[in-house]
Amino acid sequence: SNPFEVKVNRQKFDILGRKTKNDVGLPGVSRSKAIKKRNQTLLKEYKEREKTNVFKDKRFGEYNTKITPEEKMIRRFALERQQNYGKKNIYNLNEDEELTHYGQSLAEIEKLNDIVDSDSDTEERGTLSAELTAAHFGGGGGLLRKKVSSEQHDEEEGKPKSRKELIEEMIAKSKQEKQERQTRRESALELTEKLDKDWKEIQTLIARKTPKSERKDKEAEKPKPDEYDMIVRELGFEMKAKPSERLKTEEELAKEEQARLQKLEADRLRRMHGIDEEANKKRPSHMSADDLADGFILDKDDRRLLSYKDGKINIENEEEKEEEEGEEEEDEEGEEEEDENEEESQEEFASEDEEDDAADSHSDLESDLESEEEATGNKEEKKDKANENESQNVEKLDPKREAAKSELPYTFAVPESYETFKSLLAGRTTEQQLIILERIQKCNHPSLAVGNKAKLEKLFGFLLEYIGELATLDLPELRTIDKLVLPLYNLCQMFPEAASDSIKFILRDAAHDLEEVIEVKGRATFPGLDSLIYLKIVSLLFPTSDFWHPVVTPAFMYMSQLLTKCRITTLQDVIKGLFICCLFLEYVSLSRRFVPELINFLLGVLHISLPKNQAQGYTVVHPFTPVGKNLELLLVCDKEDLRSWEKQSVPLSIVPRLKETSRTEINHTRLSCLALCFDLIKKCAALYESLPSFHEIMHPIRNLLTQHVPVNEYPEKMQEWYHSALNELENKVKHYTPLICEKKKPVPLKQYTPKIVKVLEFGRKQAGSKKEQERKQLIQRHKRELKGAIREIRKDNQYLARMQLSEIMERDAARKRKVKELLGSLATQEGEWKAMKRKKWKN
Amino acid sequence: QLPTGLYKKVLVILHDSILPYMNEPTLMMDFLTVAYGIGGAISLLALNGLFILIHQHNLEYPDFYKKLYNLLDPSIYHVKYRARFFHLTDLFLSSSHLPAYLVAAFIKRLSRLALTAPPEALLMIIPFICNLFRRHPACRVLVHRPGGPADMSEDPYVMEEEEPSKSRALESSLWEIQSLQNHYHPDVAKAAAVLNQSLSEMEDDISGLLELSAYELFDKEVKKKAVDVPLEFEQVRGLFGKKNDIFAEHFSLD
Repeated sequence: SNPFEVKVNRQKFDILGRKTKNDVGLPGVSRSKAIKKRNQTLLKEYKEREKTNVFKDKRFGEYNTKITPEEKMIRRFALERQQNYGKKNIYNLNEDEELTHYGQSLAEIEKLNDIVDSDSDTEERGTLSAELTAAHFGGGGGLLRKKVSSEQHDEEEGKPKSRKELIEEMIAKSKQEKQERQTRRESALELTEKLDKDWKEIQTLIARKTPKSERKDKEAEKPKPDEYDMIVRELGFEMKAKPSERLKTEEELAKEEQARLQKLEADRLRRMHGIDEEANKKRPSHMSADDLADGFILDKDDRRLLSYKDGKINIENEEEKEEEEGEEEEDEEGEEEEDENEEESQEEFASEDEEDDAADSHSDLESDLESEEEATGNKEEKKDKANENESQNVEKLDPKREAAKSELPYTFAVPESYETFKSLLAGRTTEQQLIILERIQKCNHPSLAVGNKAKLEKLFGFLLEYIGELATLDLPELRTIDKLVLPLYNLCQMFPEAASDSIKFILRDAAHDLEEVIEVKGRATFPGLDSLIYLKIVSLLFPTSDFWHPVVTPAFMYMSQLLTKCRITTLQDVIKGLFICCLFLEYVSLSRRFVPELINFLLGVLHISLPKNQAQGYTVVHPFTPVGKNLELLLVCDKEDLRSWEKQSVPLSIVPRLKETSRTEINHTRLSCLALCFDLIKKCAALYESLPSFHEIMHPIRNLLTQHVPVNEYPEKMQEWYHSALNELENKVKHYTPLICEKKKPVPLKQYTPKIVKVLEFGRKQAGSKKEQERKQLIQRHKRELKGAIREIRKDNQYLARMQLSEIMERDAARKRKVKELLGSLATQEGEWKAMKRKKWKN
Repeated sequence: QLPTGLYKKVLVILHDSILPYMNEPTLMMDFLTVAYGIGGAISLLALNGLFILIHQHNLEYPDFYKKLYNLLDPSIYHVKYRARFFHLTDLFLSSSHLPAYLVAAFIKRLSRLALTAPPEALLMIIPFICNLFRRHPACRVLVHRPGGPADMSEDPYVMEEEEPSKSRALESSLWEIQSLQNHYHPDVAKAAAVLNQSLSEMEDDISGLLELSAYELFDKEVKKKAVDVPLEFEQVRGLFGKKNDIFAEHFSLD
């Protein structure tokens, strides 16, 4: 461009790496641009400043650049049609609008369409079609002749044949041609129709036998290759068969399974050592903050909160709700169903808690089940049959049960409350309960409907509660629980979060109860069998070897509390305590973690098996006391009982009803407990032998075993247990290596080399956090924009002033000109008048 | 002279409700000394009043540390007055003029007893021991002995010795804390692992940990939000259906 129009912004210093945007400016160009823009916008506004009527462009989408022209046209057309629609004469029913295609009436085209032949000469009536017909029909078409004649005409220009004659001739010819064509077409049409008719007659006869060639010919003749075409198309578009995955051999399957298990195991080990990268990063800081701050505020609000949140498993809340719901449901249920249910329930053997709500018991089979059943029945039937055969072959033996089971509906809705859930299972055999649970799971699989996930998550809570209830019965139905664990496991696999939440809630409740009892009475007692079962279930559902686990770690804490806080006053307490010891051992069997409470408790158990008043070389800790009530709880003095004892497993059902059993039995149970204790000591020894202070840990127990236990009085079996435990303790090598700290990374010396910071953008301050930087940036941008806006407004004003000035100038100029004109005309008038006068004078 | 219950009641309130209001607090000297000699919880409680007498009234108590040392037995981690006792012990051991052998003996004894302690006590005692190491750098040989014998067949420390100077604690190492690194409670394991590294200069503040209760610990664990819940991959075969299930061996479902 013109160098005189370029303005260079001179820089005082050259700075390496700096990019400058504004070193060259084109003031003229930009000014003219600005003026142009103002002409288009500001000036217009200025000119129309006192005008109220506006020109509106109502063409559809005229200024909308987003829609394509075609679409715009289509929309406009539609709008137009809409406008016309309904405005016609209401009395004229038949007058439809005319449909067109490429501007031609569709009705007309349709009329001609019955001519099947596609020679298409009707439309093209000009010379070209004539030419075509000539070529096709061979019969010296008019065109040739016409051409010849026209050539002739050209040649013999001067011939006497007049122009009019020629034209008439042409017209006549073309008319003739047209007629011929028409007749020919009609005859062809007739022929084809006849052929069609014949073909149809024959077709039935030679449906199969026609050789291909013939068929092809005929089809070629016929322009309607319907079926064939369709088939060809279909074949063409049909999905090609894809190579499916090869079926795996058993070996491969086994290998895959092994690989899967290995991966899971590796995962478990990683969690056991607690080397979770994220966790490792987060936890330490988290921990310390928690440790200091958390301790004292925790106490109060949590329980209230949860009981609202997890209403599903909260017993107190539940029962209130249940009562209401039960009433409602009674009203709702359909009559025919009630009858059915009555029959069913009569057939079933009455169980303890059934009598009171026999009628109520099946109210949960809501009336909509019936219809569902019909719909899905068939499908489900097959599935379930297969499953039944697989899973329960026991029941086949029992025809009665089979019959009873056949009455089970195939679809179940997920019970909404624990009460309904319980009544659903009440009175059923274990197998039936399993089937019911399985069907509930199947019918309400989360992939089938949206709300199913939440429902099944609730089901887990119900099932857990149900198990707890079974365990707290006078005669705990442990066999049933044993079976019910399976669906529990499956549900847990499906919804780990919900499952962990429910179990955590139960644990929290239990721990809270324990804490309350301790606060009130100062001492706690062991909880019921249900808590123990829950703890056992935790070990079934979750990996207990993890360094930290949302469910298992609280369970550990709870168990530790049980072993340290609960008083040992009866044999049941001992059994429960030993059960928890077993749980501890099971929990840590893989991770080999150290559990001091376990050792303490085992020591205590040994202690209470000894006669009183012995010189002690050991100290027992809480809950056992060197003196007190619970001494000699496990001591058996009866020689007869000692002799008749045989090692047998302790039945868990003994826990709630020990009082009824005979003295001998009690003595035997005591001995069994003692044997169990020996075995646990042995297992502990095996587990902890790698700990550096193994001997210090086991020292009190060994001391007690070697010095105080009256081995010789024990029956032989017991002596075996005793010796195996003692051997396990004694034959460990004492092995101590002095501790050495890990070497610390040396702290680098302070140095005075300049700190080098990477400069990302020049002219911008680097310091400050990201947020601060952003804020600064925003402020700066705001300032810049404000300045720009002020500048623009100023320029606008200048422009407007200029415009006004020029307007005034123009106006003035016009006035001056007019004045001049007037004066001029006056002058000329005057002049003329004077001239006239002078003439007169002359004359 | 007094029944145990009354003793306890008196001793619990002695330090802040009785002693400050007495004209001659030294009159309580004999009572406290006797109480201190009784042993068990009463000794622990008498410690508080005794401390005030020693601290503010120039009581000379011979073999005070030896007696304190002998007060340490497994029950200190389980008793109700644990917080008070460790608060005082912390005070007594805060002097940097104590001989290293004494502090080492205390450290060794406390950690030996920690092998029977519940997690809430462990979470308190491990930082406590760390603090002792910080105050008495001479004791650090217990965790860091680079030139020592490669292998020992016995822990040199004598637990039964009543005299701290003869317990040979300084020749030993803190294997107990190393064992606790395998504790089932993740926080305890982590706290114990701190002794693997060289300690930071700042002392840990244990005042908040003194009163820690098992229920608080439990509550803290329960309230932790888990990102995901790992699951057991071994298929369940029943309540006692695991491989090598201890329960199947000893308990029956009947």
